Amino acid sequence: MTGSRVITKPSQPHDLGPIEQIPLGEGRLLRMGPVSVAVFRARDGGVFATQAVCPHRGGPLADGIIGGGNLQCPLHGYTFELSTGRPLGNDCNALKTYAVRVTEQGHILIAMESAGEQTT
Amino acid sequence: MTKQKLVVVGNGMAGARLVEEVLSKGGGDQFEISVFGEEPHGNYNRILLSGVLAGTHSGENIFINPLEWYEKNNVKLYAGVRAIGVDRNAKTLFAAGGHVVRYDKLVIATGSEPFVPPMDGLYDEDGAFRRGIFVFRTLDDTEQMIEHATTARSAVVIGGGLLGLEAARGLLSRGLDVHVVHLAAYLMESQLDSLAGDLLQGTLEEMGVTFHLEKMTAAVTGEDRVTGVRFRDDSEIPCDMVVISAGIRPNTDIARISGLNVRRGIMVNDDLACRNDPNIYAIGECAEHRNVTYGLVSPLWEQASILADRLTGRAPQARYLGSKVSTKLKVMGVDLAVAGVKEARDEDDEVVTYVEPGQRIYKKLIVRDGQIVGAILLNDGISSPRLLQAFDRDEILPANRAELLFGITAGLPAVDVASMPDDAQICNCNGVSKGQIIAAVNAGRRSLKAVCDATRAGTGCGSCRPQVQEILEFASDGLVAEDPSAHYYVQGVPLSKPELVEAVKSMELKSVSSVFNALAGGREDVGSKVGLASLLKTVWGSEYEDERDARFINDRVHANVQRDGTFSVVPRIYGGITSPDELRRIADVAEKYQAGMVKITGGQRIDLLGIPKEHLPDVWRELDMPSGHAYTKAFRTCKTCVGTDFCRFGLGDSTTLGINIEKRFQGIEMPHKVKMAVSGCPRNCAEATVKDVGVVAIEGGKWEIYVGGAAGASVRKGDVLCVADSPEDVLKYMGRFLQYYRENAKYMERTYGFLERVGVERLREVLMDDVEGLCDRLDEDIQAAVEAYFDPWKEGQNPVHQNQFVTAPATAAAEG
Repeated sequence: MTGSRVITKPSQPHDLGPIEQIPLGEGRLLRMGPVSVAVFRARDGGVFATQAVCPHRGGPLADGIIGGGNLQCPLHGYTFELSTGRPLGNDCNALKTYAVRVTEQGHILIAMESAGEQTT
Repeated sequence: MTKQKLVVVGNGMAGARLVEEVLSKGGGDQFEISVFGEEPHGNYNRILLSGVLAGTHSGENIFINPLEWYEKNNVKLYAGVRAIGVDRNAKTLFAAGGHVVRYDKLVIATGSEPFVPPMDGLYDEDGAFRRGIFVFRTLDDTEQMIEHATTARSAVVIGGGLLGLEAARGLLSRGLDVHVVHLAAYLMESQLDSLAGDLLQGTLEEMGVTFHLEKMTAAVTGEDRVTGVRFRDDSEIPCDMVVISAGIRPNTDIARISGLNVRRGIMVNDDLACRNDPNIYAIGECAEHRNVTYGLVSPLWEQASILADRLTGRAPQARYLGSKVSTKLKVMGVDLAVAGVKEARDEDDEVVTYVEPGQRIYKKLIVRDGQIVGAILLNDGISSPRLLQAFDRDEILPANRAELLFGITAGLPAVDVASMPDDAQICNCNGVSKGQIIAAVNAGRRSLKAVCDATRAGTGCGSCRPQVQEILEFASDGLVAEDPSAHYYVQGVPLSKPELVEAVKSMELKSVSSVFNALAGGREDVGSKVGLASLLKTVWGSEYEDERDARFINDRVHANVQRDGTFSVVPRIYGGITSPDELRRIADVAEKYQAGMVKITGGQRIDLLGIPKEHLPDVWRELDMPSGHAYTKAFRTCKTCVGTDFCRFGLGDSTTLGINIEKRFQGIEMPHKVKMAVSGCPRNCAEATVKDVGVVAIEGGKWEIYVGGAAGASVRKGDVLCVADSPEDVLKYMGRFLQYYRENAKYMERTYGFLERVGVERLREVLMDDVEGLCDRLDEDIQAAVEAYFDPWKEGQNPVHQNQFVTAPATAAAEG
């Protein structure tokens, strides 16, 4: 079952800067106030944001590989669905995800609150 | 909720096991548990008493649950208190010392007691055994025997069964002259046939035991101390100690007194409740189930587990259907296992035997409908576990029985997974046990990939995958699904490697995204990108359209990611030969950038660990050394020995050749990492025979080239591909092999796996005899790859993207 994404409390989104700072198809760690989030720029134009470290062993998720809407942690290959944070083929906790979009000016906007916790 | 009262009579192997099982199944919350044990101890492992007698175990070390354990688990233990009788109407148990205890559920696990045949001279006027006469049942019996044996010179053991022989061996270890008296014509006649009995007797005689077969003891002689035994035929043996071990009888006194149905044992149904009282159960040696009483430990464990399932409600309908029994004689220096029946029932039973009288080896299998129904295995160390497993599980045997008896099948794995316990760890990278793999199979995963995905077994170094496959086969009753994707080069593109290479070439697909678009319906697959990048680089060389996002982080930043997200930096040190100047630079850099660890690697280089990504370009610039590629699927390093310049044994200049090998093949992408070595003589100090490619100088100016060696997750000695006449030829043949491996190996297939799959004979045909006419082309292609080499560390000063070496770009925008 895929849970629905609910932005629990709409709030002023943060501007994380231009999308070009992330190479196409890769991820980088961006700061949202005191919190670091991993932001990914898919080849098909999609943009995603998740918590920074892997719940398995603390791997740097921004250094992971993405493809087909999924993210693979660089340390041990644990895989998660980018849009929901749902673990795929492993029993890790789900990743915290954030609602994120790109403005017409090419800036990344992220919602302060995390998207609804994923239930599976 | 008030707890029910669970009372257990008997604190031996069965009773204590039941309590453990009940507790582990959550029964501690449901029951107030009391245990009556006649012995004044906690619970010990009775099976090990033989070891205590023989001196291999000490009495203290055989305790399973000491007295504190009962306290800790809120179990009330009446140690040394004999239960006497039950008022079943009042659901009350009476015990010695005036104890009266109410129960809701009562479990009788009183075990058995030694059978003492009638003979004269056993008892004193109080009815106790005279001094020097023993039975062998309890820890106290054992300790008294040990005590008495210190002053005794010779002992007679009455009974040549399992326990009697274990007692005899134990007393022999204590320096006594030991005689075994046995009524039957050969030893252990309930479990063995006469040949096995004779061979066993021979083994024990060699150890020093004397046997008196077909003798019935009439009396123990002596007045105030034992002086010997006298047989019915009036012959006598002098001795000063007698151990009676003539069998056991179920201990059913309390059941009889309480009016429970008793025949040989306390009669129980499949629910283990007594025939005529559903609130009283019996398990272990005192119970009789379907006309069988057991005298071994494994049935009692099964019974305890099933009864605990029922009592705790975990499986209220669980039924005990009887046990298949096998046992081993615990006698030092004898290896005897027996299972099931000892003789064929009729001519349809197949009897497979192997006898080697000189070594006293005897193997006998009784096979019925393709399954083992009986086995006798004497002095056969190797195959017993496998055979007993097959017996336990009713496995259908292979048509070739020799495979079973001798374990001589081709390709038989060194470790037999079938005989491993469930908690045996199979995947040592991810800590996956055999039981977890079986659980995945039972949950419906029937292909290797599905099992590996579900359990993560085999997803680390991958060396356990053959074992995972084996467990899958044995756990799935032959219902293994052939997973078509097992043949795909990568999971995201449904083509084998040759098909994929063909499609990539004919459609001129030069980038990873173009492959997904053309061959996978536009669907990217995260797990396939890196493998595709490797293949395209090999196919297209300099024409490859490099998309950095298809690279693993290591290959994006040319360093090896560590558990904390920092990186390791290994500069290339050609052939392991360095200089004071290089070492100084390395030391300076390590200090300046605060390397968390400076490590000499196994490949004769120096590793600077704990370098943050952002510092990589500066570290490389200041090192001013080329990349060592210690982070990628490529040729890594060539280890060398000292060679001819200094070593007094050197036959060939290994250091120069090693340096030339590294300069030629550095950085060339491979299906997996490739490690090499050159040794200057057959003493092989560089360990070249266990490298992916290794070279050993031999007398006459020649060089042996080994391929497919390994000494990591797998260990394999390489095969000799050829003997080269010169260092130039070494480089040529190595290059040819490497190019063939690049083109034909699966992604992540090390050379050792490749060699096993292709075979060295085939490689020699293709690479040395050129039967396919490929050699010139292979030589050209590896030359092109050599020429395309570019030191990736140069990107440090000329990054492909402004943030190539930046994890966390400074956010440009003001906050909202």
